[in-house]
Amino acid sequence: MPKTKEVETNRPGDAGDLTWRTQQQAASLKSKDLLGIEQLDAGEIQLILDTAHHFKEISERSIKKVPTLRGKSIINLFFEPSTRTRMSFEIAAKRLSADIQSISASTSSLVKGETFVDTVRNIEAMYPDLLVIRHACPGAAHVLAETCNAGVINAGDGAHEHPTQALLDALTIRDHKGSIENLRVVIFGDIAHSRVARSNIHCLLKLGANVVVAAPPTFMPCNIEALGVEAFDRLEPALEGADVIVALRIQLERGGKISFPSPREYFNLFGLSRDKLALAKNDAIVMHPGPMNRGVEIASEVADGPQSVILDQVSNGLAVRMAVLYLLAGSGPAKNVETAA
Amino acid sequence: MSKLLLKGGRVIDPAQGIDETADVIIDGGLIESVDSDLNINESNVLDVSGCIVAPGFIDMHVHLREPGQEYKETIQTGTAAAAAGGFTGVACMPNTSPVNDHRAVTELIIERADEAGSVPVYPIGCVSVGQQGEALAEIGQLVEGGCVAVSDDGVPVATAELMRRALEYTRMFDIPVIEHCEDLSLTQNQKAPMNEGSVSTALGFKGHPTAAEDIIVARDLVLAELTGGSLHCAHISSAGALRMIRDAKARGVSVTCEATPHHFILTDEEVRTFDTNTKMNPPLRSKADVDAVIEALVDGTIDAIVTDHAPHHADEKAFEFDLAPFGIVGLETAVPLACDRLLHRGHVTLKRLVELFSTNPARILRLGAGTLSEGTVANVTVLDLDRTATVDVSAFSSKSYNTPFDGWELKGWPVLTIVAGKVVWKATT
Repeated sequence: MPKTKEVETNRPGDAGDLTWRTQQQAASLKSKDLLGIEQLDAGEIQLILDTAHHFKEISERSIKKVPTLRGKSIINLFFEPSTRTRMSFEIAAKRLSADIQSISASTSSLVKGETFVDTVRNIEAMYPDLLVIRHACPGAAHVLAETCNAGVINAGDGAHEHPTQALLDALTIRDHKGSIENLRVVIFGDIAHSRVARSNIHCLLKLGANVVVAAPPTFMPCNIEALGVEAFDRLEPALEGADVIVALRIQLERGGKISFPSPREYFNLFGLSRDKLALAKNDAIVMHPGPMNRGVEIASEVADGPQSVILDQVSNGLAVRMAVLYLLAGSGPAKNVETAA
Repeated sequence: MSKLLLKGGRVIDPAQGIDETADVIIDGGLIESVDSDLNINESNVLDVSGCIVAPGFIDMHVHLREPGQEYKETIQTGTAAAAAGGFTGVACMPNTSPVNDHRAVTELIIERADEAGSVPVYPIGCVSVGQQGEALAEIGQLVEGGCVAVSDDGVPVATAELMRRALEYTRMFDIPVIEHCEDLSLTQNQKAPMNEGSVSTALGFKGHPTAAEDIIVARDLVLAELTGGSLHCAHISSAGALRMIRDAKARGVSVTCEATPHHFILTDEEVRTFDTNTKMNPPLRSKADVDAVIEALVDGTIDAIVTDHAPHHADEKAFEFDLAPFGIVGLETAVPLACDRLLHRGHVTLKRLVELFSTNPARILRLGAGTLSEGTVANVTVLDLDRTATVDVSAFSSKSYNTPFDGWELKGWPVLTIVAGKVVWKATT
């Protein structure tokens, strides 16, 4: 972990604070693409978070638009259904004055009879500056990035990575906890099918957190410890002493009756109820990438309770995506943000 | 046909216990003699000094795609690739279109191979009608048509009951049942594109556990013991399966098995590139499994090296990893890969290498080949163990070039392929 200077603990909404700038930060991103957190180093993550921090203010203005990316062309390629991520990228692009076009294809290229590479070549022929891709197959964004000159942002590739989600989660934790270093972060639920879990594990470990995962063994992928986390097959011991709790969506459409018997049994064993939450530290925050299954992985009184920061995550998602679009399509490092804004 | 003399090579024939510098005279397509200082008419002498002269190599597991998928490979291009890879014969799997569950298809394959005229093709027929796993195919008819084994390769024989009957029924014809060992319920019906392990966890792919392989191997070993039929387990990739096969062989069960070069060289770490040429079934496994495959090649648990040559058009491999078809081509890389990675690295002896490529596959398929004994058909593979060259897919004879080995520099290559006394392929330089 890079050595960082002490940062004063920030209170939520302390938007004008510039102490973030004192953390070790990269001058720019090394790649033209954001394919996953695995490829980033801590300095690059800090750069994105710091840039996002400054972009938050734009969304609080009455005129929510700056000319930073005017003339830049961004294409949202959604090969898998998504509402909030797609919309978040669209709004982020528009607030920076970029032109953005969303293409939804609920089916894969195979079903359409066109190869993935052909689809990509056709889009590339329209000279986009950035491509944002959501796809059900791991590696789809990587193949796209290799094939084309435009920058590629992975907005979720199967159960592999979802880097902007991890970045917005990190920003939210930093907003509430000041620093991520040495925090105990618990990620629980359907780890096996979760790209959010994988990106969060990479991101939080790079920022110095202790990451704990908890899931029924049927939802725990093999040898998860190799990623550097501690794993539990019950929720309670994982929650003890937790600073941050990330509940994952149970994909009712995937698990079927073979991975868990019923939503009711799942809630009894793994639902984040008020009682279970009490095992964590008193000031622990509760997060969820959404969409939530209330009464399955999380009780409503916890999701809507005082420790929940779930809506902050959504707002931060916008800021993080503005930052990523800016850093990949813009022309310089974060120091230009203020002038551009 | 005139005589041919192979002069000055090191002759390795494990079937006869020969390992010596000797000359080989071929007459009328048959081996006439193997001895020192033989001489014939000058014009038909091939100087093979410094080379290895071995009984013809046989690849007992290839997919030639004809009939039905000629855009991937044809019998003509596939057998040309075999000759260029040092093979004097190939056994082709029945999952063509239509599948080889009928004597007419078997005869078509043999006829096409004869027309192509490079290396003989030994068809493998289906175990079940349409490879559907319900009723036995007319195996007697398939054998009369020229099939040397039966298999539902691509998928396992569907039920224990059907496998039992296949192992019993084939005893009449003394042919092996070749099994693709995969419990489909553990691989999400072949939707899992890679090995289950740390890498699948990191990449978020559905995993194909070695247990899927082990379970069918276990089932079939029990059935082979019950029935006395001959079981041959295809492309074994798991340490657990090899332990069980080793144990069954020690108890005298009639079982043999094979492994591919990719399973003794590459691990699932390769999938991190998302290159669809690292997607095959069984998938690339862990380092421990690769080590176990090498150990089993050394100790004789594995009987044969095969390619599982699976040509796919580049357009098909251009899909997303999850959606791309399984398989890689192997005929033109298997022998140099084995020479470089097994022989030159000291894992196996030259004798063992020849057993794996020739003696054993010929024995398993009851071909009466795999030896240079006098009077047998003169199928010969000549190797130059010092030759170093780079794999170049653009020079392949195969129609397809889906391989992860393109650009690999390897030492030890075939230089001459002789089928029934005729040179069907010769290295260019």
